[in-house]
Amino acid sequence: MSTVMDANLADARAARKDPASPRAIMRRRARSHVGFLIGAGIMLAAVLVAVCAPWLAPYDPYAQDLSKTLVDPVWTTGSWDYILGTDALGRDYLSRLIYGARVSLTVGFGAAAIAGVIGSLLGLVGGYFGGRVDTFVVYVLNVKLALPSVLIALSLVSIVGGSITAMVVILGLLTWDRYTVVTRSVVQQMRSNEFIHAARAIGASHTRVLFREVLPNVMNQIIVVASLEIAIVILIEAALSFLGLGVQPPTPSWGLMVSEGRAMMFFKPYLIVLPGMAIFLLVMAINLAGDGLRDITAPEGRA
Amino acid sequence: MSAHSQPLLQVDGLSVEMDVAAGQLRAVSDVSFEVGSGRTFCLVGESGCGKTMTSLALMQLLPRKARLSARRILFEGRDLARMPPREVARLRGDRMGMIFQDPMTALNPVYTIGDQLAEVYVRHRRASRKQARERAVELLERVGIMSAGQRLAQYPHQLSGGLRQRVMIAMTLMCEPSLVIADEPTTALDVTVQVQILQLLKKLQAEMGMAIILITHNLGVVARMADDVAVMYGGRIVESGSPAQVFGRASHPYTRGLMACMPTRGEAGPGQRLGSIPGTVPSLVGELQGCAFRNRCAHAGDDCGHGVIAMRDAGGGHHYRCVLAAGAESGRHAVQEALQ
Amino acid sequence: MLQFFIRRLGVSLLVAITVSVIGFALLRLSGDLASALAGETATPEEIARVAGMYGLDRPLYVQYFDWVWGALHGDLGTSLFSRTPVLELIVDHLGVTIALALCSLLLSLLVAIPLGVVAAMRPNTWVDRTALALAVFGQAIPNFWFALILIFVFAVKLQWAPVSGSDTWVHFILPTLTLGLGTMPAKMRLTRTGMIDALSSDFVRTARAKGLSARSVLFKHALRTAILPVVSVSAVSLGFLLGGSVIVESVFGLNGIGQLAFQSISQIDFPVVQSILVFLAFCYIFLTMLADLINARLDPRIKL
Repeated sequence: MSTVMDANLADARAARKDPASPRAIMRRRARSHVGFLIGAGIMLAAVLVAVCAPWLAPYDPYAQDLSKTLVDPVWTTGSWDYILGTDALGRDYLSRLIYGARVSLTVGFGAAAIAGVIGSLLGLVGGYFGGRVDTFVVYVLNVKLALPSVLIALSLVSIVGGSITAMVVILGLLTWDRYTVVTRSVVQQMRSNEFIHAARAIGASHTRVLFREVLPNVMNQIIVVASLEIAIVILIEAALSFLGLGVQPPTPSWGLMVSEGRAMMFFKPYLIVLPGMAIFLLVMAINLAGDGLRDITAPEGRA
Repeated sequence: MSAHSQPLLQVDGLSVEMDVAAGQLRAVSDVSFEVGSGRTFCLVGESGCGKTMTSLALMQLLPRKARLSARRILFEGRDLARMPPREVARLRGDRMGMIFQDPMTALNPVYTIGDQLAEVYVRHRRASRKQARERAVELLERVGIMSAGQRLAQYPHQLSGGLRQRVMIAMTLMCEPSLVIADEPTTALDVTVQVQILQLLKKLQAEMGMAIILITHNLGVVARMADDVAVMYGGRIVESGSPAQVFGRASHPYTRGLMACMPTRGEAGPGQRLGSIPGTVPSLVGELQGCAFRNRCAHAGDDCGHGVIAMRDAGGGHHYRCVLAAGAESGRHAVQEALQ
Repeated sequence: MLQFFIRRLGVSLLVAITVSVIGFALLRLSGDLASALAGETATPEEIARVAGMYGLDRPLYVQYFDWVWGALHGDLGTSLFSRTPVLELIVDHLGVTIALALCSLLLSLLVAIPLGVVAAMRPNTWVDRTALALAVFGQAIPNFWFALILIFVFAVKLQWAPVSGSDTWVHFILPTLTLGLGTMPAKMRLTRTGMIDALSSDFVRTARAKGLSARSVLFKHALRTAILPVVSVSAVSLGFLLGGSVIVESVFGLNGIGQLAFQSISQIDFPVVQSILVFLAFCYIFLTMLADLINARLDPRIKL
């Protein structure tokens, strides 16, 4: 029995090499979709910056120099010592911005991964089995949706503290609802398709069908949701850090930097403009890439 | 063709082009025909031959990317091709109406039947809501819907397919237009209902005297309904005339091919293959040289590849667009029977 | 209709109870609320005393039912910080948040819907591209940063609006702009997509074929159908505005529920926090029920 199924799956995989296959179509679309290319490009750059931070940052982001506080960026002073100036504790802003990328991306991807697993699993199971299982999934979803996420995040951080790990876990546990909604609806539509019946008819167990037949087909949608949710998580983390109940000082989080610079924003606007722009650019890039992904993976026939 | 008065509709040189990724698509090329008052004109062809585009062009309902050009489109003596869009819009629903293929999607799901029927009348006759409702009831009864008064408050999703199509017909006739275009009005319906709807259309035409342009890909429908018929292929009319002429003495190879596809009582038995036309419709993008059918035609020759093939007169109002000689009597029994 | 209510009420009740349990238990997760309240340097006797004072030494389910019982009688406990009844605190702060939420929702709809309609009428033209670019920008701007920028430009440089406080309606201008424009992009895109679909639909083609006026086609037929999902999204958005306004309230110094919750969380004022959490959740449940009702009224295909 299983050899027949394996043979069928091998056939399907071979079909993917065909130029008219969905994969090839997607690759072609990806290459010409401007939004996606720009977004993905900026994202890649951000990841590279974050990874190569130790080599890119001119100074140690934690090193204070109280004799050089609130130095203006190069466009005011003309000096290239501190290209983007320093903050109230004399720490180089450029270096803190670079390391801040690490925080945003770690929290963003980490939380999205956790939320993605939780949410997709729930949605898969609910959509596939239907009946009581689905009722339970919908009930859990409704409970989650009713709870005010931001306030719960604040409460949890006040209890467990604001380490990066804590942020990843907390935000991961608070942003899984979209995954559930999308996967559940997709799987429900798939249930009426023949191939699930066919797989069950040749004796595949539920688990096997779920993971080898259903999941690959939902994967596209999950990735699209994930890319947009990463942006949302980054924004929430920035907001929480801004309020003081997120990443704690002296860790450089862009949101935290805005809050730290707030007191002097009227005299040294760069203190809030720069980290804010960083958040804005990264989030916009992720959104562009996510929207582009949605266009690219859309089934043929949609304009 | 009514000889004593101007035809209701005279289309002369209608073309429709669309902007597509690959260039210019010639959906309709130089189409000309006439429709007399109170007569039924059938436009036949397979999907993509341009028949729907032609009808949309007449009503000026073409999609954004499409462009219409015509020498003349005379409707009730006025040239639609030269009229400003706003005036054409005034004619729509009033002097000419359109029945669409799928009544489920063609009706607005959030408004009642009564609402959708009444708004046409209110718009064109400046009637009060009460008058419009009365008119709506009257028309629903004429299309054979019982308890019409109660139906007014119902929504489209509450009716069966056949009922919905009757409602669409009633809606089109609210202002007694002189021309009704029906685009595949029975295709989306059950077979049993199809016959009823066609009979209804015939009856209403006898009562109200409107001309009907019936678009279909079903030759049986043509046989049942048409006074005049035109066959379209690749955006052009390739044969036109009365049904007896076009089917009985099919002259264009495409029409001949269509006739061969139809199973005939007494001729085709079990195990025998039905006819089919090999090949596929060519792309209509860019300039078209010669006959669009030549890549599928058994008789294609050198003359078929150049210039524009002109319409030839086969006598008695029968025209066809081919360089070959007119066809002889062909024994298409099924069609003959239907025409009796 | 009645069946819908009863069924929905039943489901919502279950969700509400679950939510109340979660809201109740959340702050007690830290393990020992009593020692957190007593302080780091407290002795075991002091901790025990604190526990007894707030009834924290009783079993959890007893504490929970005690609280629910009280809540059903209008007693949500007393704030540890200000010694005022929690109910009173919430009511005092509610007005600001509701005003802000409603104004922001109104603003976002007033901008999103026309923009979405215009963009849909001319897809892929500069109007459309500008609207979409605005949406992309709007969704990427962090709201706290946007608030600060608005303060910087309008309150400080131009002196058109006050910086903070909630005394007069003028104080609500900048916060409303922040929240309203921040939630606008999603609704605009939804409207645009809905309108594009509607304008190319068969029933709009029928409406045109009937010779109806352009205005009738656009509003009576196209927009009416396209607007349905925006209604649901607006209800959810309102729920979010009520619960997520903590940032804007904090930046602008508005004394709303969000600000109250934030302060209470920082002060471990757990009676206030748990009541606010549950209250907001109840608001959301109610709003989604309302959205379903409105949807059913607007779309006759939906059977309740």
